[in-house]
Amino acid sequence: MKSHFGYVHSAFSAVLVISFLLLTSCNNQAPNRGGGAGVLSGDVASQVYVAPGEYDEFYAFMSGGFSGQVTVHGLPSGRLFKTIPVFSVDGEKGYGFNEETKPMLNTSHGFVPWDDSHHPELSQTNGETDGRWLFINGNNTPRIARIDLTTFETVEIIEIPNSGGNHSSPFTTMNTEYVVAGTRFSVPYPQRDVAIDSYAENFKGVLSYIKVGKDGEMEIAFQILLPAFDYDLAHSGKGKSHGWTFFTSYNTEQKNSLLEVAASQNDKDFIAAVNWKKAEEYIKQGKFKEVPAKYAHNVYNEKTHTATSTMMKKVKVLTPADCPGLVYFLPTPKSPHGVDVDPTGEYIVGNGKLSANLTVHSFSKMQKAIENKAFEKEIEGVPVLKFEEVLAGVVEEPGLGPLHTEFDNNGNAYTSFFISSEVVKWKVGTWEVLDRTPTYYSIGHLCVPGGDSQKPQGKYLMALNKITKDRYLPTGPELCHAAQLYDISGDKMKLLLDFPTMGEPHYAQAISADRIVPNIKKFYPLEENEHPYRALGEKETKVVREGNTVHVYMTTIRSHFAPDNIEGVKVGDKVYFHVTNLEQDWDVPHGFAVLGANNAELLIMGGQTETFFWEPKQEGVIPFYCTDFCSALHQEMQGYVRVSPKGSNTPIKWGLGEDEFFQ
Amino acid sequence: MVAAAVALLMLFVFPMWQIILIAPQYPHGVTMHIWINKIGGDTPSTIQNINILNHYVGMKFIEPDAIPELKYFPMVIGAMAVLALIAAAVNRSKVYLGWALLMIALSVAGFYDFYLWEYDYGHNLSPKAPIKIPGASFQPPLIGTKYILNFTAISIPHIGGYFAGASIALAAAAWWLKNKLSRNEKADSIADNGKPAAVGLHSVA
Repeated sequence: MKSHFGYVHSAFSAVLVISFLLLTSCNNQAPNRGGGAGVLSGDVASQVYVAPGEYDEFYAFMSGGFSGQVTVHGLPSGRLFKTIPVFSVDGEKGYGFNEETKPMLNTSHGFVPWDDSHHPELSQTNGETDGRWLFINGNNTPRIARIDLTTFETVEIIEIPNSGGNHSSPFTTMNTEYVVAGTRFSVPYPQRDVAIDSYAENFKGVLSYIKVGKDGEMEIAFQILLPAFDYDLAHSGKGKSHGWTFFTSYNTEQKNSLLEVAASQNDKDFIAAVNWKKAEEYIKQGKFKEVPAKYAHNVYNEKTHTATSTMMKKVKVLTPADCPGLVYFLPTPKSPHGVDVDPTGEYIVGNGKLSANLTVHSFSKMQKAIENKAFEKEIEGVPVLKFEEVLAGVVEEPGLGPLHTEFDNNGNAYTSFFISSEVVKWKVGTWEVLDRTPTYYSIGHLCVPGGDSQKPQGKYLMALNKITKDRYLPTGPELCHAAQLYDISGDKMKLLLDFPTMGEPHYAQAISADRIVPNIKKFYPLEENEHPYRALGEKETKVVREGNTVHVYMTTIRSHFAPDNIEGVKVGDKVYFHVTNLEQDWDVPHGFAVLGANNAELLIMGGQTETFFWEPKQEGVIPFYCTDFCSALHQEMQGYVRVSPKGSNTPIKWGLGEDEFFQ
Repeated sequence: MVAAAVALLMLFVFPMWQIILIAPQYPHGVTMHIWINKIGGDTPSTIQNINILNHYVGMKFIEPDAIPELKYFPMVIGAMAVLALIAAAVNRSKVYLGWALLMIALSVAGFYDFYLWEYDYGHNLSPKAPIKIPGASFQPPLIGTKYILNFTAISIPHIGGYFAGASIALAAAAWWLKNKLSRNEKADSIADNGKPAAVGLHSVA
């Protein structure tokens, strides 16, 4: 295995060639699972076997990648529990289709039905994952979403203005004071019509700090205007480095075309170290400019069961030239991708993806360098610290293409290597390589439960792979993406399990189930329902015509709709079915679907009201039914709407059954 | 005897009886609580959930407002508690015995009433029930366990019920102690020429 890394000494171009060969040659090879499944020892199955009815030890929240969603899996079994719709419409749950959740996907560009979700990030208290919320970034139309972990529903989305490609996000501070957002694609600031090749002159890279309130509510506290680099990933400090955030950058060459070559020329790019506590002081002193910025802030209200979208108009901007001590650049080889801070907060790992070595900076040395003004130069008001003055150490030739590092609770670090397709375990402080294990194939992120927090929970490591090639039964041109689970409790990493994932799994975070399970909500109390069109009992159901708009106040309970016969609807009407699920028991959602409606279904949880919009286009009698097999009489849970011609006199009428049998 | 009154009043603090329904789909069971003055469950929505289950077989909805016993039983219990205190003040063994016997009689009547309600709910089924099972009754057991279709129904006392039982036992104990002490007193009074006995002690038992 070691001799393989002799290549590292050759020129960088050779590295690219190797990576090309590695990526393409897999097609022609016979399945090769050497070192992997073939040598799994006998007890491995029992390590990931969660017996029927038993619970997994950890929840894993996986980015759904270009599905825009989050998937929830169990570890160690890898079983999929739920897909949480976040940035993309989801017909299964009616998310983005029903009237209540449409505002969640509103942006300054209008309704955007899709995004590319990358980095799930659990909220933290005292540097430890606390199981309150999960944040995740939307990369394409820059946004951050917050998922409530009592309901596993997306409850808030905030758009990030002056940004393009929200990749270095959300990465919380150690008490979830802030989540951050850095632009991967610098854009003109302010956004306007300029020549693309005026990049260096007109473009800026903006870093945003989003304040998180005590109930989780998000607000853009300030933005920092930086040179137009590509800000790739981030992590906030912890312990001694609490108060700082570190953002990697590439394209410090500031090119705008053929970046794969043009942005790979500098030997060193930068990690931007931002002192956000200093930023707070500057904000207090009024050293900011308030600039116009249009961005949507969407909040789901659990009482009205309805999201509202507010268009924000301004943002506070700090400029490093006006704010000394706010930002420093740490030179880091070469196009660093992930930046990861060890649990002590002392070491900042720059995963130089095109570098032969892994560079680790020291926070205390950085402090000293700042004190001694050990600056190499200054770029747009940002001092560049001298590389040697901040360097803590180097992991020598650990592999090819380091992307990300996570930590365990025993002072070890685990770095993913995309090109050499492996995980390398090394010792923090001595920089000595302890173990390496292959992944299948081309690992991106990796995840240790709590692995980016101050208190990693260890035990397992999950590799999140970019390609699977021959690992699974083939499914046409598009193959599944996958994760792999390793046991890291011993000296050597041990592969336990492969399991497919949704979309491309970028980052994932895992947390022990006991931090979440006690807080799970089982249904929404009816008495707290404040939906303007609720019907809290069958006596409150009715059909109301207002011009050509018809509001149906409907309820569901096992096993009928009330009302289930509706007449007086006409072609061309705008019909709103406001359906309240009267169930007050766990796991009794009801569905609602209408034949021919240009819409998805509703899937209504107990105590919730959701609204289905329908414009009938043809006369006739149209059936509707419950889509979720709710009970022994689910098949009977159906009804009819009579649609009369436009201009007809059919009166509004509704009903349910013949006697008082169903109250 | 004061303790008997206090134990009896625990019926207003804890449910008297519980019926637990267990089925594959309800691994943790649905637990109905019967209080002296209301019907509830281990969750605020238990009655709604039981009514939903019952409607498949045409059982009547359980509507606490339609059960008059829930109105006058509390008065009976209140009266019995007052009587217990009076009994304590009177402090006569026959009064204790009388109270205990009255309480037993009331309990038997209560059980019979409970049985009638259960019989009514279990047998008085809607002719339009979606699921009809010829000859089947859905009457829960008076006490103990019974299998009703897919459910195991367990009917047992709750904390309040045990306290009510304890109050009878305490009254009986007071009667027995009083008798015993009276006998001793008589013996003592013969021996010690009539020293007053420590009355306070047994009236608290």
